[in-house]
Amino acid sequence: MKQIAILSGKGGTGKTTVAATLSTIVKNKIMADCDVEAPNLNIILQGEIVEKYDFYGKETAVIDKDKCIECGLCEELCRFNAISNFEVNPYYCEGCGLCMYKCPVEAIKMVEEKTGHVIYAKTKEGEKVVYAELFPGADGSGKLVTEVRKKAKEVAEEEEYLIIDGAPGIGCPVLASATGVDLVLIVTEPTLSGFADMKRVMSAIETFKVPVTVCINKWDLNKEVSEEIENYCEQNGIPVVGRINFDETVVKALKNLKSLKDYPESVAYRQILDMWENIKRILEERAVTQ
Amino acid sequence: MERIKISVLSGKGGTGKTTVSVNLAKTLKESFYVDCDVEEPNGYLFLNPEIEYEKDVNVLIPEIDYDKCTLCGECVKACRFGALTKLIKKILVFDHLCHSCGACYEICPYNAIREVPKKIGTIRKGKVDTLDFIDGRLNYGEATGVPILREINKMIKDVAKPVIVDSPPGTSCSVIHSIEGSDFCILVTEPTPYGLHDLDLAVQLVKEMNIPMGIVINKAGERDELIEEYAQKEGIRVLAKIPFKRKLAQAYSTGKLLIEVDEEIKSIFGRLASDVLGLIKK
Amino acid sequence: MKVAVSSQGKTLESHVDTRFGRAQFFIIVDTETMDYKVVDNLAVAQSSGAGTRAAQTLLDEGIEALISSNVGPNAMEVFKAAEIPVYKAVDKDVKTNIELLKKGELEKITEATNHGHHHHW
Repeated sequence: MKQIAILSGKGGTGKTTVAATLSTIVKNKIMADCDVEAPNLNIILQGEIVEKYDFYGKETAVIDKDKCIECGLCEELCRFNAISNFEVNPYYCEGCGLCMYKCPVEAIKMVEEKTGHVIYAKTKEGEKVVYAELFPGADGSGKLVTEVRKKAKEVAEEEEYLIIDGAPGIGCPVLASATGVDLVLIVTEPTLSGFADMKRVMSAIETFKVPVTVCINKWDLNKEVSEEIENYCEQNGIPVVGRINFDETVVKALKNLKSLKDYPESVAYRQILDMWENIKRILEERAVTQ
Repeated sequence: MERIKISVLSGKGGTGKTTVSVNLAKTLKESFYVDCDVEEPNGYLFLNPEIEYEKDVNVLIPEIDYDKCTLCGECVKACRFGALTKLIKKILVFDHLCHSCGACYEICPYNAIREVPKKIGTIRKGKVDTLDFIDGRLNYGEATGVPILREINKMIKDVAKPVIVDSPPGTSCSVIHSIEGSDFCILVTEPTPYGLHDLDLAVQLVKEMNIPMGIVINKAGERDELIEEYAQKEGIRVLAKIPFKRKLAQAYSTGKLLIEVDEEIKSIFGRLASDVLGLIKK
Repeated sequence: MKVAVSSQGKTLESHVDTRFGRAQFFIIVDTETMDYKVVDNLAVAQSSGAGTRAAQTLLDEGIEALISSNVGPNAMEVFKAAEIPVYKAVDKDVKTNIELLKKGELEKITEATNHGHHHHW
């Protein structure tokens, strides 16, 4: 199964729109939404939940009030300011256990904390979607991303592709979204922020040695910046596989929870079709050289 | 003027968090813009601050002093992150698994662990006219920017003017670290089903933290009722609607401040600023 | 030679577990006598650093080789430093894998098969 991770660095460049449209174009695939802090893919795919389970992503210290002698040592030792007035702030606790080790009366224990849900859903067409919901304020979204990908592999049968809608940013969840994939598609936009963030995400995943491709969404919004992006990609040997117009249809589709497939004549839809042909070709060429 | 902290957040990325933050900071004139989106700090692109200084943000990681180490393995047992492994003749330290909690250092019975700094990012401080500027930047390959946020929070603790915090997207613990201690939160969203979904996650988080909040609808104009109905149900005020115009998208793309290219937007931000300050005073 | 195999069950007939850090069990086999010992992988329940912790468990057992797959970069670094060879398991039972190892027919892994585990993973 070929794995493709869609990233963007900056949020809101059209990552999920591209992912959702690809899901209507590509047959024989599983979709995984790894943006666990803002999972939007299944809002449009509208898959029915087949399985939903709790995810325990972190340990948290718990103080037993009956045993606690209020000596304050734990508060003094904690590097994360997670303890005050003999109470643990679970949002700040990293689960390191130092307070538990040092408590003179063994009043502290570490407990596994539920940090989110993992959900496996199927669309009307019987296609598989795996996603997760991180609880607001919880830690460890990268681990939840890893779990989503694991679940997607688990439910995979004969599917040819796994398409991953990745997390924004450059941190742990992004690295977890892109590690070990066959191809990365960065969806950017011709804005200074979009360009800066595209470069940052490229640097962040550089060590993975994965083929990177770029899609410039809303490319006609600012052709000068688009050109700069194209030049930058060319200098770095990164193929620009897609150019999607700033198309009112996309906005309309977004607002009405429609897929671009419902507007098959739209410019954006046809451009995404072309992009997929380019991606397929790169994957095939790569398979041959290996 | 006294210090007030106004945090701008969104749940979903790309809804206009930075747009609202920089334009609001500029509208307030005597204010302090703080970019806490350390994975993708973009506020500087719009404000073009003159940077006065830059400093490293370090975390502490263990180093073993083999003159003292007896290879007893207590540190390995204590580390709950698997960052230490005992071989026959040495202890392997995995920097990127380390959370800098100090457990190994505290547990070692032979004082054989030193803690040494490791750089994970930078903080820059600067100025644009009467506006103060800070941004944090996480290094590539680092997993979490929370230590940078802790450092930034220390720097803005005693600032005597309104602080506008441009928060990270999402709803994870780094958002908590950036909005903690805020007097008010501005939640930026767009009138789409996705915007609404992610707005709701952000609202839950801010409610949990007991911070007063209001909503700004960006790219408004069509289907705004999606957000307005939600806001009414939740009892949250819609503070402003920023209309969608291609001209604004273009201005944004080149790093221009919207209040400087459009009179309508300028007055919207003027009202937003006085409304938010008014709400905080109440 | 003492060889550890990541396993889904507790006997020589059990299927190998393709995961390393998150494998259910390790079966440590003496290749001369085919005596074996089952070790629960306690790291499986750990939220962080499962790979290095599983590796530590096996080092403490004094293994001389490992048969598994999907060994992450951290665990791989541990085995490299400890000079313990890692072999790629074939998708069969534990016993078959040991026999293949004895015949020299298992492929040696030197690079991590996945980009592994970061800070909060």
